[in-house]
Amino acid sequence: MIPEFGHFSLILALGLSVALAILPALGVYRRDALLMQTGSSIATGLFVLLAFSFGCLVYSFTQDDFSVAYVANNSNSALPMHYKVSAVWGAHEGSFLLWTLIASGWTLAVAIFSRGLTFDMKARVLSVLGLLCAGFASFLLFTSNPFDRNLPFYPADGADLNPLLQDFGLIVHPPMLYMGYVGFAVPFALAIATLTTGRLDAAWARWSRPWTNAAWAFLTIGITLGSWWAYYELGWGGWWFWDAVENASFMPWLVGTALIHSLAASEKRGVFKSWTVLLAISTFSLSLLGAFLVRSGVLTSVHAFAVDPTRGVFILVFLILVIGGSLALYAWKASGIRSDAQFEWTSREAMVLTNNLLLVVATASVLLGTLYPLLYEVMTDGKKISVGPPYFNRVFVPIVCLLFVAMAVSPFSRWRRTSGDILIRQHWPFLLATPIVISLVTYVVAAGINFITIGVETLAVWILVLLARHWWQAGSIRSASQLGMMLAHTGIAVAILGVVVTTTYSEGRDVRMNPGDSIDLAGYEFIFEGVQKVRGPNYLADQATFNVTRDGEFVANLRPEKRVYSVGQNVMTEADMDPGLLRDVYVALGENVGENAWAVRIHVKPFVRWIWLGGLLVAVGGLVTLLDKRYRRIREVAGRPLVGTVA
Amino acid sequence: MKFGRMKNHRRNRLLIIVFIVCAAAGATTFTLFALNENINLFYSPEQIVKGEAPVGKTIRAGGMVLDDSVIRYEEGLGMSFVISDLKSAQVKVEFEGILPDMFREGQGVIALGQLNDEGLFVAEEVLAKHDENYMPPEVADALKAANQPNANMLDKAGYE
Amino acid sequence: MTFNKSLLIPLGVFALMVVFLALGFGLKDPRLLPSVLIDKPFPKFELEDLRQPGRLRTIADISGEVSLVNVWATWCFNCLIEHPELLRISRETDVPLYGVNYNDENAKALNWLARHENPYEFSIVDDKGTLAIDLGVYGAPETFVLDANGVIRFRHVGPVTPEVWRQTLLPVVEHLQGMSDG
Repeated sequence: MIPEFGHFSLILALGLSVALAILPALGVYRRDALLMQTGSSIATGLFVLLAFSFGCLVYSFTQDDFSVAYVANNSNSALPMHYKVSAVWGAHEGSFLLWTLIASGWTLAVAIFSRGLTFDMKARVLSVLGLLCAGFASFLLFTSNPFDRNLPFYPADGADLNPLLQDFGLIVHPPMLYMGYVGFAVPFALAIATLTTGRLDAAWARWSRPWTNAAWAFLTIGITLGSWWAYYELGWGGWWFWDAVENASFMPWLVGTALIHSLAASEKRGVFKSWTVLLAISTFSLSLLGAFLVRSGVLTSVHAFAVDPTRGVFILVFLILVIGGSLALYAWKASGIRSDAQFEWTSREAMVLTNNLLLVVATASVLLGTLYPLLYEVMTDGKKISVGPPYFNRVFVPIVCLLFVAMAVSPFSRWRRTSGDILIRQHWPFLLATPIVISLVTYVVAAGINFITIGVETLAVWILVLLARHWWQAGSIRSASQLGMMLAHTGIAVAILGVVVTTTYSEGRDVRMNPGDSIDLAGYEFIFEGVQKVRGPNYLADQATFNVTRDGEFVANLRPEKRVYSVGQNVMTEADMDPGLLRDVYVALGENVGENAWAVRIHVKPFVRWIWLGGLLVAVGGLVTLLDKRYRRIREVAGRPLVGTVA
Repeated sequence: MKFGRMKNHRRNRLLIIVFIVCAAAGATTFTLFALNENINLFYSPEQIVKGEAPVGKTIRAGGMVLDDSVIRYEEGLGMSFVISDLKSAQVKVEFEGILPDMFREGQGVIALGQLNDEGLFVAEEVLAKHDENYMPPEVADALKAANQPNANMLDKAGYE
Repeated sequence: MTFNKSLLIPLGVFALMVVFLALGFGLKDPRLLPSVLIDKPFPKFELEDLRQPGRLRTIADISGEVSLVNVWATWCFNCLIEHPELLRISRETDVPLYGVNYNDENAKALNWLARHENPYEFSIVDDKGTLAIDLGVYGAPETFVLDANGVIRFRHVGPVTPEVWRQTLLPVVEHLQGMSDG
C-alpha cells in the first residue's frame, strides 16, 4: 500500500502545484488580496505532500519492497542500510523525485521568508515557482514514476545499486547539487515576476541576493563533492575530466558566479539591471539544460542516466516553454529598463563588468565544447567526434587567468571611481607582474613549458597576500557580506593553488608488481606485500597491501581493493590513499596481469586536497553572506512594501 | 589617470562596445582554433581496414573485443587485443597501462589513440561503459552499419 | 518606450540551440532504430538450440504463426524482472515465445533457466551476438513480435511488464492474429 500512498500523494502534489501556478496569479490579475495570499498555504501543502511521497519511497527501499520496479532495479536485500536510503536517489526516477521535493522546499522557503515582499510580488514569484513545480511533477508522473509496480510477479531480490554509487560521496553529492540547481529557480522566479511588473529596482536586487548566494553555495558544495568522489572512486586519481555531465554542473556555477557579482552592482549602484535579469534567467536555464543533457541521453557520458526517449522529448518541450518563454518575456519587457548610473574605468562597476564578461565567455567556451559533438553529428550527418580535455584546458585557462587578475585587485576598488593612487600605489608590483604573467601564460599554454605554473602560482599567492592584508586592516570588514566575499575569494585562491601545484608536481606511474617488489616515487618507497581475498557485506575483493615509507620511516599501510559485487558481478576499483594537507599518497589496484603480478597505479599528489578545501571555503563564504543584517532588515520593515515602490 | 576622468557617456559606451567586439572576435578565433585541434573523430574497424582513417592523428576506434584476442606481454603493462565489427574487419590495438574495470572480451570498447603505418592502433586510453548491459552507441552503430548492407538507406527511411 | 531589438539575441541563440538539441536528439533516439527492421523479414540465421546442442535452428522454426522473439541473457537484470510475465504469457496464452540467448555462456544460461523456469519453446544460442547485431539489438531484454510470415511487426525495448503486455504487445499480437485469420 505504501507505494500507492506515495503515488497518490504525488498526484495530489501535481494538482496543488497547478493551483499554486494559477491562484496567486489570478489574485494579481483580479487584484484580489485573498487569492494572492493563498500562495503560502498551497506551498506548504505542496512541500508536505512531496515530502510524504519521498518518505514512502524511502520506506519502500528500507523494506526491500521489490514489487516496486524502481526499488528492484536499484537496491538489494544485501545492501547496507545507509546505501538503501541513498539508493533512493541513485537513479533517474528517485533522483528526480528528490529534485522536485527540493524545488517545493525552496518554494516553501520563499513563502516563509518573504515578509519584505509586497503581496503582489510574492504572489507573482510563488506562481512562477508553482509553474516550475507543476512541470517537474508532471514529468515525474507521466514519464518517470518511481512507484511503478512489477505486479503481480516480481523478483525475489533486487538488481543492486550500481557499486560506483555505493559510497559516502554519492550519498551527499546529488542532494547538494540539486539544492544548487533548483535553488537558482528562486532568483529566476524573482526576475520573471519583476519583469511582469516592469519595475526593476534596488529592492529587487537586494531580495535576489541571499537566495542566489545560498543556491550558489550549495552548487559549489555539490561540485566540490563530485570532484572529490571522482578522485577516489572513479578517476584513478584525476579530479576533473571535462565530462559532459561535469560541465553541465559547472556552467550554471560560472554564470551563477557572474550573477552574484552583477546583482551586487545592481543593488548598490543600480547598474546592469537588464543584464542581471538576463543572467538570472540564464543561470537557471543552464541548470535545466544540464538536467536535459544528463537525463535525455543526448550526450554520452559515464555519468548519464539510462536513456528513455519520451523523457527527452518531455524535457525538451519543457525547456522550450520555460527558457524560450522567459527569454521572450525578457525581450518584450526589458526595453523599459534603464540603468542611468555612470561609472569610470577604474570603478568597481567596471571590475564587475570585467568579471561578468570573462565568466560568460568562459561559460560559452565550455558550452561550445560540450555541445560540439552533437553539433558536428547533426551537421555532418552522423559523424561522431569527441572533444578532448586539451580544448577545455587551452581555452579555459587563459580566461581564468585574466579573471584572477581582476579578482586580486577588485576588493580594493570603490564604486563609481577608484582613485588611481590606491590602484597604483598598492598594486604597482602586481600591475607590473600581470602583463608578464599573462603573456607567459598565453605563450606557454600553446608550447607546454612550465612557466604557466610559476605564473599562476604567483597570481594565487598574490591574491592570498592581498586578501590577508585586507583581513588585517582594522575595521575593513564591516559586514557579513564582505566577510563572505573575502572567504569565497580566499577559497578560490586556495583551490587555484591546489589545481596548479597538483597538475604540475604530481608524480604517478602505472607499474607491474610482484609481491615483494618495491617502487620509488617522489621520495616515497612503495613495497607491495601481496594480495589477499577479503569479503565485504555484498562483495568479494582482492585486497593488496602496500607498505609506504619515506627515508626508511613508516608513512602508511595502504590497502587498495579490486571488488567484485556479488549481485551484478560488477568489478570496481577501490583506491586507497594516505591523505595529507601537503600531499596525498595514492595507490589503486589494476588487474591481475600474471601469476602473482598485478598492475598498480601509484600517485604522489601534492596539494590536491587544497582544491576541495578551497571549494568548501568558497561555499562557506557564500553561506556566511546570508547572515548579513541588511537582508534581515528587509524582513523587519515588513509593513513597508519594498519591491515596487521604493526607488 | 586621464583615462579615468572621461565623463562623456557616449564615448564611454563606444569604447565598451569596441572592447567587447575585439575581445569577442579574438576569443572566438582562438576558441575555434583550439576546438578544431582537439576533436577526435570516431572510426569503425571497417573504415580503418579500408584505410579511411588518418595515420598518426589522434582518433577514436571502437568495436567488440574479440574473444581470446587479449595478449599480455611478459614484462610491464603492455598488451594487445583485437577489435572487430564481427564481420570481416579486425584492427589490432596495442595499449600500455591499466584497463578500465568494465573491459572484457566480447564487450564493446572505444580506444583513443593513433594509427601507425603498419595499421596497428596504438591506444593512449581505453574506455568501456560503466553499464555492462549497453555498449557504447558509436560501437553499436558501427556494428549495425557493418552488418547491414543497406543500413544507410534504411536508416534514412526510418527517420521520415 | 522603444523596443530594443538586441534584446532578442538571447532568444535567438536559444532557438538555435534548441534546433540542434532536437536534431541531435532525433539522431540518438533508440526507438527510431526499430523502424529499420519493422516490416522487414526476420534476419536469416542458423544457430544452435540451447537445450539440444548440435541441433541447428533456422528461420523456418519460428515462422508459421504470430510469435514473440525475446532477446535475453543471464547478465541482464531486467530479464529477471520480465521473467515472471514471460512465464505467465507462455502458460496462459497460445502465442509461441522463442528466446535468443545473447552474448552468454551456455552453462550459465541453462542453469538460469533451470532455476527460474523456462518460458521459451526453445532458445537459440547467439553467443557471438551475430543475430542480435542483425536485429539491431542495443541491449537486453528486447522483444519482437513476428507475424505468421516471419516478418517483424513490432519491437519493444526493455522489460515486458504486465502493463507493457496488456497495453502494447497483446493488442499488436491480436491485431496480427486477426489479420492472418481473415
